[in-house]
Amino acid sequence: MYDVVIIGAGVTGCAVARELSRYQLRACVLERCEDVCCGTSKANSAIVHAGFDAKHGSKMAELNVRGSRLMPEFCRELDVPYRRNGSLVVCMDEADLPKLHELYENGLKNGVEQLEIIGAETLRTLEPNISLNAVGALYAPTGGIVCPFTLTIALAENAYANGVAFRFNTEVAALHRENGLWHIQTNRGEVVSRCVVNAAGVYADTLHNLVSETKLHITPRRGEYMLLDRTAGAHVSHTVFQLPGKLGKGVLVSPTIHGNLIVGPTAEDISDREGTDTTASGLHELAEKAQLAVSGLPLRQVITSFAGLRAHEDGHEFVLGEADGAPGFFDCAGIESPGLSASPAIGQFTAKLLREKLNLAEKPDFIATRDGIPDPKSLSPDEYRALIARQPAYGQIVCRCEQVTEGEILDAIRRPLGAKSVDGVKRRTRAGMGRCQAGFCSVRVMELLSRELGISMDAVTKCGGDSRYITGKLKEG
Amino acid sequence: MEQFDIIVIGGGPAGLAAAIAAYDAGVHSILVLEREDRLGGILNQCIHNGFGLHTFGEELTGPEYAQRYIDRLMERNIAYRCGAAVLHISPEKTVTAVSRADGLMTLQANAVILAMGCRERSRGALNIPGYRPAGIYSAGTAQRLVNINGLMPGKRVVILGSGDIGLIMARRLTLEGAKVEVVAELMPYSGGLKRNIVQCLDDFGIPLKLSHTVVQIEGKERVSGVVIAQVDTHGKPIAGTEEHYDCDTLLLSCGLIPENELSRALGVTLSPVTNGPVVTEQLQTSVPGVFAAGNVLHVHDLVDFVSQEAASAGRAAAAYVAGGCIKTPDAGVAIMLGSGVRYSVPATVDPTRVTDNLTIRFRVGSVMKNRRVCLYLNDTPVLRRKRPVMAPGEMEQLVLTEAMLQESAPVKTIRIEIEEAGA
Repeated sequence: MYDVVIIGAGVTGCAVARELSRYQLRACVLERCEDVCCGTSKANSAIVHAGFDAKHGSKMAELNVRGSRLMPEFCRELDVPYRRNGSLVVCMDEADLPKLHELYENGLKNGVEQLEIIGAETLRTLEPNISLNAVGALYAPTGGIVCPFTLTIALAENAYANGVAFRFNTEVAALHRENGLWHIQTNRGEVVSRCVVNAAGVYADTLHNLVSETKLHITPRRGEYMLLDRTAGAHVSHTVFQLPGKLGKGVLVSPTIHGNLIVGPTAEDISDREGTDTTASGLHELAEKAQLAVSGLPLRQVITSFAGLRAHEDGHEFVLGEADGAPGFFDCAGIESPGLSASPAIGQFTAKLLREKLNLAEKPDFIATRDGIPDPKSLSPDEYRALIARQPAYGQIVCRCEQVTEGEILDAIRRPLGAKSVDGVKRRTRAGMGRCQAGFCSVRVMELLSRELGISMDAVTKCGGDSRYITGKLKEG
Repeated sequence: MEQFDIIVIGGGPAGLAAAIAAYDAGVHSILVLEREDRLGGILNQCIHNGFGLHTFGEELTGPEYAQRYIDRLMERNIAYRCGAAVLHISPEKTVTAVSRADGLMTLQANAVILAMGCRERSRGALNIPGYRPAGIYSAGTAQRLVNINGLMPGKRVVILGSGDIGLIMARRLTLEGAKVEVVAELMPYSGGLKRNIVQCLDDFGIPLKLSHTVVQIEGKERVSGVVIAQVDTHGKPIAGTEEHYDCDTLLLSCGLIPENELSRALGVTLSPVTNGPVVTEQLQTSVPGVFAAGNVLHVHDLVDFVSQEAASAGRAAAAYVAGGCIKTPDAGVAIMLGSGVRYSVPATVDPTRVTDNLTIRFRVGSVMKNRRVCLYLNDTPVLRRKRPVMAPGEMEQLVLTEAMLQESAPVKTIRIEIEEAGA
């Protein structure tokens, strides 16, 4: 029996798990996929919003701003790549300038620091590739970029180091309350817990509605993205938004923390909660819209495209706290953008509610920090030489595009909550994330997974389940 | 710091031939750096035959062809390091590399020969919509799985692109019991060699659908099907022409891209057409003392020509080291390209530096019939060659001789034209 079971190992579930792991309790995260960070958390804009956009007075606004403030310290503690590159909301039409000022005012009320309206000239000094049609912008120096994979994985690893259990490939089918305890039915048996945290992303309404008469409705809102090669990564240095329209935040163009350029997302409400396929029309729309604010986008440098689903709740608000009529069932629902930005704050907020509910005491031996996989690229030549002398596998480049070594891949597989699939390795090390998109390294990564996990090559998967690469051996003789 | 006269980046067919030729030209302080754990490059997984007809007059497999050059390298005791990935090359020709055995190396060269080869265009670069399941491979990845690991990447296969590796893999997978349903090619012509269309598709009854592309990939975990459609003259899918294929595998053979990340970081000027360095008749790049050959320079069809080109680069690098008259990559005379010619290698020729036959290689932009290729010096034709059929998938070459240059001296212009062959 657990004190808290968290359903969903995305950035929200893992942030809650990490914050809860400060206390003396038995906690467990249930995840239907084979790894953490397999849903919305792996397919988003990878940015930390400053917090001027969310409507003043909303939970979304409060937690976005707080999350944005917490993020630098979180990322330092957990060894997560993060940078404050600043963001710009570009206005393309004089007639829209009042809307830009509204956004500025909203941001001030939300408590966003250093906000500034800048004119076209200053804008072009900050971003030489901005469209000549731009008339001004809202400048938010506190906007940032982060690696969403590493953030989620780091939160999970740190929670695990502090005693939180993780069960993967475990899907919740039903749950009910009996004698003050929650009984959670999964495909791998029943789990019993005093409290439940619902961090199930696009499925959070389904879970919530099983236990509460106050119904929630979440729409999967698909966002398609294009990722450009590092050669295009410096095309803009800030995160460039266009003034928001009716459907979300429009198309942004931003450097990523790893030096690529990201363009997206589209915003399309769909019915399939697994509908992460890209579409010809979506990719076309991206190409058209992105070029409105940024000139000379080298779209020939696209190396991959992907789609993620935002868990859009009808009221466009984070739904947090104990659900009506379901004591001990805590929602983290409707966590769409700026969910990644707010995740540290959502984790703290929810953990506080549970601490009060369960009267939790702090752990004396809480481990606040986590060490990431050593990245030779961040080392001095002497440090790198010493690392190879200790562990020669760090001298073997496996992924040539991202210069990922065998040492990093072995660490990714061997560490607690380690990678079990090729995508798991990719999210932890970036092997396969470069311009050749794993053409050269995927077989090497499969070989390492096979060896390290003690499974045959035909059991190695791309991302768990039936995503196997190999269908058999060659004919004999 | 270790010093070498010449460092060759890459131990595939280009790097091997370049090192051997440089050695034979008198430079013996040479180091070949190979990122894989054995020499030979991509030839190691090309176990089909057809290599070496031009060079050896016989049909060899890829590994056999590579071995002949590896043997020559060994006979000359040319130094090489495998598992050694080059991380950086500076304009001063300081090469930073790393390997398990040698750790982080800082090496100094007088001349560098770039021979890093190329990579395959990925699904992402092609902007094919759909899910991202397992079962989508570039043809070369599938080739490695089959020929090196002895594993099958799928049972029912659709291939997009008619590049040579895709065609070779259509045959290979068929021989191993897979069903190759169709090869779809975006362009109205094949991207591969005619002989491969015949020997790998026609002989096995595999349909080739020109002007077709993949418009949807189905399957959330493993590929379960793809939809292909006909495209118009702009390459846009035509509504209503969609055809669904049940399959578990999609192979991509949609073009090769020279791997010039090191070259770019080094400051080498690259051609937007070939994605390879812009080179002089010495195969010297815009950075003095840095030479390029093989698929890193421009993508070849035949390894024999890679070896020939790389040998030229090796000799030129040796001459550079010896301190000949080629210390700087002067522009020389730019080769002008007539209509239909996409690029030429070299891009420029300094007539005073051509002391032997100079092979000019180029590709055309579309399928052309009944033409002749003409070379003009100072607007005077010096070479005319009949070409009944020319295609983008087949590299063309012309040989400019020292005698032609002398007769036309001083050479002010060089021009390649494709003309109607006439009656």
